[in-house]
Amino acid sequence: MSESLLSWGRWPRRPQRAIALDWLPDHLPTLGPSKLLPRGQGRSYGDSCLNSRGLLLTTGALDRVIHFDRETGVLRAEAGLTFDDLLRLCLPAGWFPPVTPGTRFLSLGGAVANDVHGKNHHGAGTIGHHVRALELLRSDGSRQLLTPADTSGLFRATIGGLGLTGLITWVELQLVPTRGPWFESHTVRFSTLAECFEIGPELQARHGYTAAWIDSLAPAGQSGRGLYICGDPSDSSEPAAWREPRLRIPLDCPEWLLNPLSLKLFNTLYYRQPLKQGRVHAWPFLYPLDVLADWNRIYGHRGFQQWQCVVPSADAPALCAELLSRIRAHRQGSFLALLKTFGSMDPAGLLSFARPGVTLALDFPMLGERTARMLQELNALVREAGGALYPAKDAQMSAEDFRSGYPRVEEFEGFRDPLLESDFWRRVRGGGEA
Amino acid sequence: MQSALILGASSGIAQAFGRLLAERGVTLYLVARDPRKLEAVSADLSARGACLAGTEVLDLNLHAEHAAMLERAWAALGPVDLVLVAHGMLGDQAACEADPALAMELMRTNYAATGVLLLHLATRLEAQGRGQLAVLSSVAGERGRRSNYIYGSSKAGLSALLSGLRARLAPAGVQVVTVLPGPVRTAMLAGRPLPPLTVEPELVARQLLRGLERGAHTLWLPPKWRAIMAVIRALPEAIFMKLKF
Ligand SMILES: Cc1cc2nc3c(=O)[nH]c(=O)nc-3n(C[C@H](O)[C@H](O)[C@H](O)COP(=O)(O)OP(=O)(O)OC[C@H]3O[C@@H](n4cnc5c(N)ncnc54)[C@H](O)[C@@H]3O)c2cc1C
Repeated sequence: MSESLLSWGRWPRRPQRAIALDWLPDHLPTLGPSKLLPRGQGRSYGDSCLNSRGLLLTTGALDRVIHFDRETGVLRAEAGLTFDDLLRLCLPAGWFPPVTPGTRFLSLGGAVANDVHGKNHHGAGTIGHHVRALELLRSDGSRQLLTPADTSGLFRATIGGLGLTGLITWVELQLVPTRGPWFESHTVRFSTLAECFEIGPELQARHGYTAAWIDSLAPAGQSGRGLYICGDPSDSSEPAAWREPRLRIPLDCPEWLLNPLSLKLFNTLYYRQPLKQGRVHAWPFLYPLDVLADWNRIYGHRGFQQWQCVVPSADAPALCAELLSRIRAHRQGSFLALLKTFGSMDPAGLLSFARPGVTLALDFPMLGERTARMLQELNALVREAGGALYPAKDAQMSAEDFRSGYPRVEEFEGFRDPLLESDFWRRVRGGGEA
Repeated sequence: MQSALILGASSGIAQAFGRLLAERGVTLYLVARDPRKLEAVSADLSARGACLAGTEVLDLNLHAEHAAMLERAWAALGPVDLVLVAHGMLGDQAACEADPALAMELMRTNYAATGVLLLHLATRLEAQGRGQLAVLSSVAGERGRRSNYIYGSSKAGLSALLSGLRARLAPAGVQVVTVLPGPVRTAMLAGRPLPPLTVEPELVARQLLRGLERGAHTLWLPPKWRAIMAVIRALPEAIFMKLKF
């Protein structure tokens, strides 16, 4: 089976078949009863970018820029264009993506289909808030130009629509002006979760980009300690004398590498690192993990699971503490636990994950039943609190979890393209796993 | 390099190569057969910084049109620093074996029409007294293999023509570069299982540009194909003919 068609968490491992789209098609390929699923760069962790029972339509070669207005920062490009490529083009011209997730190796189409957010959500919202237009190709043969002014509802269904409303052929984005590739960063250490919630609002008010890293493996007394990482685009127009180191994990690491001890050590060292203040390049600031290509192989052949929830702000301090303590009880800490408070704007899409509240993301090595049991426990807490889980990171939420986190799913069904389906969709809509 | 003429501009390698030139602000003249693909490629390259002197829809199999097309390209570009000839087809060997008439199109596209085009180009470049002419042939032309000898033979003919042209044009200060890619993940391979050692077009494009800057005359892309084909060429025929690959 082709390794390149796993999802980013490399679990579940199911053989995938794919058709590569090399040019914008006139209509979706129809191959008997096979269901299709558009696929971007496979940076989703779980099974939302897998289609084991049908075919993937890979968009890697659909990466042509259609129009880039260097005066206004409006960029229209085929949906397979990666953020990495986009940055190479727009940064020298003085423009920056309005929203970017923690990796730049994702596609425009994938970004829209998951309505991704970044560290600047509290000010900028999600990518869907910045889409000026897009084109959608549907299995009924129609080709629709959709804008935020669309009254049919199809635009809002496609933003965060998980690739199920049609193939997005191109996207037009409004970029934001920037002076250069630099950020002024400011990191604050906090020693308890309560302190994290206390200093959060002020840091958010002061900085455009914020996220808190939490040491999920701290000794019991110091639970919830961590670092608040803040930053703002710099006014410096100094040319980029910065070269990204190129490191690569060449093979699946042995599975004992990430054990409770090594994770604890990593977290402690990370917590105690000298605090970086001042000018940093955008890459290490926004994309700390991209330095290490194929870092997902650190988890070995078994793969891993990301887990990301959003919960209402009022209950967040108590709930996050409870989630962290459950995780500790299961002895399954993670080396990346990130917390962020979302802004209060309305979600851009019908099924958008980002909404007012606090989001917490962690990753866990896939230890089979053990991991599944813990995640079910965490999911139940989120569900009871009226929160939601992020499909882009998910391989295990139940149909009930999904329905409760995404109450507009029935409305969404009306916009879904009957030819399109994913493993994720079959799972959460009760059509069977793969 | 300031100006380049790209023939077969919508091929995967040509697109990736065109982007490298675009980043360097090179002025381009693009020729391709399919108007929509040409339009998509030229919009992409100009958004990425290329200056487009012109584009032209032409099926290069129409060899009677070559001279006029080159006239227009030269008029638009002024002196041409680089010509990249990138069009070609892989064909379906089984279909050609079943209906030999189908082989004609493949042989004509890859060898005859390209050869005629190269003869026109040779005269132009000779008169210009400088420039580089890079032509995509293939490692498949190095020895006829059971599984793709029809395609391979068309590229073998092309490689032979290029080696002669190189000798002819060297005194005029024109450098002829034979480009020998192995399998590259482009539309040419679409729908087939990817052969081993398939590489990305971006890699091939980078190596091609570096090779041109270095002044190479034969470019194996990636370079390991040189050793691989040396071994394949050295196999005794008695053994080689039993191989199915
Ligand atoms: C290191 C890392 C950090 C991340 N950080 C963040 C973060 O901070 N915030 C965040 O929101 N996410 C984050 N993510 C998740 C990532 O942004 C999303 O999973 C994103 O959707 C991946 O895009 P992709 O191109 O890889 O799409 P894929 O994963 O291939 O596909 C994702 C979805 O998009 C659909 N799709 C793709 N292309 C098209 C198309 N042309 N038309 C229609 N549907 C399409 C697919 O069907 C699928 O449903 C992170 C991921 C990684 C690996």
